[in-house]
Amino acid sequence: MPKKKPAKHSGDDDIAAPVSSQTGSSIDTLWWWLTHKGTATSFLCISLFALLIRSAVSMYPYSGAGTPPKFGDFEAQRHWMEITTNLPVSDWYRNGTSNDLTYWGLDYPPLTAYQSYIHGVLLRIFSPESVALLSSRGHESYLGKLLMRWTVLSSDVLIFFPAALFFVLVYHRNRTRSSKSEVAWHIAIILLNPCLILIDHGHFQYNCISLGLTLGAIAAVLCGSEVLTCVLFSLALSHKQMSAYFAPAFFSHLLGKCLRRRNPVLAVVKLGIAVIATFVIVWWPYLHSLDDFLMVLSRLAPFERGIYEDYVANFWCTTSILIKWKKLFSTQSLKSISLAATILASLPSMVQQVLSPSNEGFLYGLLNSSMAFYLFSFQVHEKSILMPFLSATLLALKLPDHFSLLTYYALFSTFPLLCRDKLLIPYLTLSFLFTIIYHSPGNHHSVQKTKASFFSFKNLPGYIFLLRAHFFISIVLHVLYLTIQPPQKYPFLLEALIMILCFSYFVMFAFYTNYTQWTLSSHFRSSGKEKKHI
Amino acid sequence: MDHRENKDRRLLLWFFAVATAVKLLLIPSYRSTDFEVHRNWLAITHSLPLTRWYFDETSQWTLDYPPFFAYFERFLSVFARLVDPRIVDLQLGIDYGAESVIYFQRISVIVSDLCLLYGVYRLTRKLETMKRNLICALVIWSPGLLIVDHIHFQYNGFLLGWLLLSISFLQEGRDLLGGFLFAVLLCFKHLFAVAAPVYFVYLLRHYCWSVLVTGFRRLVTVGAVVVAVFVAAYGPFIYHGQIQQVISRMFPFGRGLCHAYWAPNFWVFYIILDKGLAFLLRKFGFDIQIPSASFTGGLVGNSSPFAVLPQITPLTTLALVLLAISPCLVKAWKKTHPGRVARWIAYAYTCGFLFGWHVHEKASLHFTIPLAIVAVQSVEDAKHYFLVSIVSCYSLFPLLYEPQEYPIKVLLLLLHSMVMWLGFTAQYADNKAQKKESGEIKSKFKIGCFEKCYLMGLFIVEMVSQFLHPYFLGDKYPFIPLMLISTYCTVGIMYSWIWQLRRILILT
Repeated sequence: MPKKKPAKHSGDDDIAAPVSSQTGSSIDTLWWWLTHKGTATSFLCISLFALLIRSAVSMYPYSGAGTPPKFGDFEAQRHWMEITTNLPVSDWYRNGTSNDLTYWGLDYPPLTAYQSYIHGVLLRIFSPESVALLSSRGHESYLGKLLMRWTVLSSDVLIFFPAALFFVLVYHRNRTRSSKSEVAWHIAIILLNPCLILIDHGHFQYNCISLGLTLGAIAAVLCGSEVLTCVLFSLALSHKQMSAYFAPAFFSHLLGKCLRRRNPVLAVVKLGIAVIATFVIVWWPYLHSLDDFLMVLSRLAPFERGIYEDYVANFWCTTSILIKWKKLFSTQSLKSISLAATILASLPSMVQQVLSPSNEGFLYGLLNSSMAFYLFSFQVHEKSILMPFLSATLLALKLPDHFSLLTYYALFSTFPLLCRDKLLIPYLTLSFLFTIIYHSPGNHHSVQKTKASFFSFKNLPGYIFLLRAHFFISIVLHVLYLTIQPPQKYPFLLEALIMILCFSYFVMFAFYTNYTQWTLSSHFRSSGKEKKHI
Repeated sequence: MDHRENKDRRLLLWFFAVATAVKLLLIPSYRSTDFEVHRNWLAITHSLPLTRWYFDETSQWTLDYPPFFAYFERFLSVFARLVDPRIVDLQLGIDYGAESVIYFQRISVIVSDLCLLYGVYRLTRKLETMKRNLICALVIWSPGLLIVDHIHFQYNGFLLGWLLLSISFLQEGRDLLGGFLFAVLLCFKHLFAVAAPVYFVYLLRHYCWSVLVTGFRRLVTVGAVVVAVFVAAYGPFIYHGQIQQVISRMFPFGRGLCHAYWAPNFWVFYIILDKGLAFLLRKFGFDIQIPSASFTGGLVGNSSPFAVLPQITPLTTLALVLLAISPCLVKAWKKTHPGRVARWIAYAYTCGFLFGWHVHEKASLHFTIPLAIVAVQSVEDAKHYFLVSIVSCYSLFPLLYEPQEYPIKVLLLLLHSMVMWLGFTAQYADNKAQKKESGEIKSKFKIGCFEKCYLMGLFIVEMVSQFLHPYFLGDKYPFIPLMLISTYCTVGIMYSWIWQLRRILILT
């Protein structure tokens, strides 16, 4: 497969000559109809398809549908709309007669509360009974479900999609190495992220907002506007505290860049002001008294819920089969241990970014730090796999074989959760859809890049066998989970097995990406030398 | 060459796989009474002997498709029983809405679409890659098919697959096989019979018209094949002396000129003209009776629903359809050419749609799908197809009236328009004129001013019927949005009809 000659591009929207692309790589003739009008147009086309998939998934049941008294995340979000539209801002996080915090009390930062307020107001116009104070608890209706679903769809369209477009335009700005069909492929991978679709539009959450803001911040880093990065990432943090998974990468990359400025202190102060200003604006209603502020903060960090919940494929939960962490240590000491472990795990990638900040290294840094948080931090949820997975989708073109496997295991780690939500068909269908899009015909980049890859685990003895065995067991577990009843003594046997399997893959993957990040700069140097030799 | 063929086949499968994923996700969407109709047919064919299939009246949704479709349902019912015996129970199964029946029936449609896949594959395998991709995208991702088959619920993909298969054989010059497949199709769904005159003339001219002896022999062969197919279908019923009953079930002329949702055809104008005239004449002091029967109210008696204009009988519509097809038949006789068959068949279905008796809006699929094949032949055809497929898809919107499917139908239409626009622009890119200024490619595919205005109007119609009407008038005059949509779409379909007729006549 001869590599396609890089076409000359002056801007992002210019058009490759049909003749040259016809004589060139076969990939581009196959997908030429989609890409010939430029990145923005193919983005529009693919996003229409992604929206179609989202609205189709949203017809399936949400988490906790028809299961009183607690219901699920859908009821939580609806309840927040009820609280925020009916109570004054200061009472949103305060326990009171009409705001029982034990019943789905708000436990996300203020931006989520504002978003709930806006959506709640919209809901009140069309279906007032679905957000009526107290009487609407456990409200479930055709219209109510539809309106709630549409609020997620619209958030996706208004925040995640523009951010994705921004990212794609910036990332493929100087397309010297990636052809147009690869860009289209990358857009599809980002927009058809199966985990995000299943959790937001199936299970019901608003991850698209915080992830969209993060994605915008990432794109802002790539185009070099650091103040915008700080603002967007602070917004993401104020929407979901889980965005902190990415914080080490942002911090180290920006720090590394600032240190290279003529006046490092000034640069750092500038960014610090941007961050503080954004936080002050968002948190304004709770900054009038220390009590208020601490009250909100305590809601955001539910340490009393223990170091892990359910069966999440992270370090604490997996090793708890052997070591009973919860019995050995107090919650207080577990907090410090997990913090230390998380920092330790994300340290290598942070150091690399401080020492030599680069765009590609930054993307790897995002992946590594979010994976470190997923594996080692306190109170991780299955859904948190979205964070490392989002950063992996951004690197999809760089992680040839590993990406499809990561998707598979990321999805698999949410499998028990999605089964509980009766989302089996969307789960299977989206896995299938992702596979066919990943392997879309004429897409030869995976072959190319693997050959170009400077190091791969494939050289290690037994690696391929290990992967295949892993994959085979996971298929068997899928089938077993759906068909058999686990033994009475171990009711969560299968969940535990799924967790171990996913955890071991994630650890392997984390090693690989950390290694890759560290060898990035040397690789560039060596490839540069090779070119000179030629 | 072989390599290319392989790659094309992979791409075709890829298109189909993506479509299948969408179809699977559409499983929990709204389903019309047609779902229960087909479930009831499963029950009838499974639990009753053949002699009672066309007599059973346990459910109001009696069997009214030709025997092959009944056999098809009998075949499906074998699996249905394995999945859940209640599906095929005549009494207990009525309005059964469990997950088992929904998944079974939905998946049966998805699997039967393999027929469509094979039809498209066979039809396009001789074409160049670009054209082939386009046809695949237009047919396999057809929003109309997704709406009608996978949301509303029917088996059109399967049947249109037969039609495409038949066309593919005709295009290759294997006329006998093409004719045979069409005869089979007629025994699946008799509504496809509108194209029978085209087939008749084409086969007669292209296959049988030869030296006297050979010609006669071939005529007999064709006749024998067709008769054999019909005997296989209707034979058992003739044997039991039930043919009268079967025919009366298949052609329920009592159902009135127009369907409950007015299909965008000629009769919409006729009805509106009648109403207008009655209104005017009443103003001038004439005594005009308000007709007792309505156009849409299902079973109509003998009373005329028209106040002023003459009564329309099924025979009138038949005559009109034949009259409309006749120029095409003359052309088919004079300038017979295998490459034109798809165009003629599509034209025949357009005529049937415009002038037929009790036409469903779903019947617009019968001509939009074959027209997709024609669309890649020239840039004018592409322009015409762009308009007509949007109009026909839009005319299906009233079928899905529940708010849950609203974003889906709109997105399907937008995506389809976008794919068409991108595809046609790439297909008809002007290689000579390209890269003149600013690297912009020139394409011969441009949507004209008139078409643009018309499509904009579609948007306005949608706004009025969806938002303005409920806002200002509330529940009053609920028929106005439907009437507005069908009237507006009729204009587009009429234009398409005239355009196709002109095109057929000028092409030599």
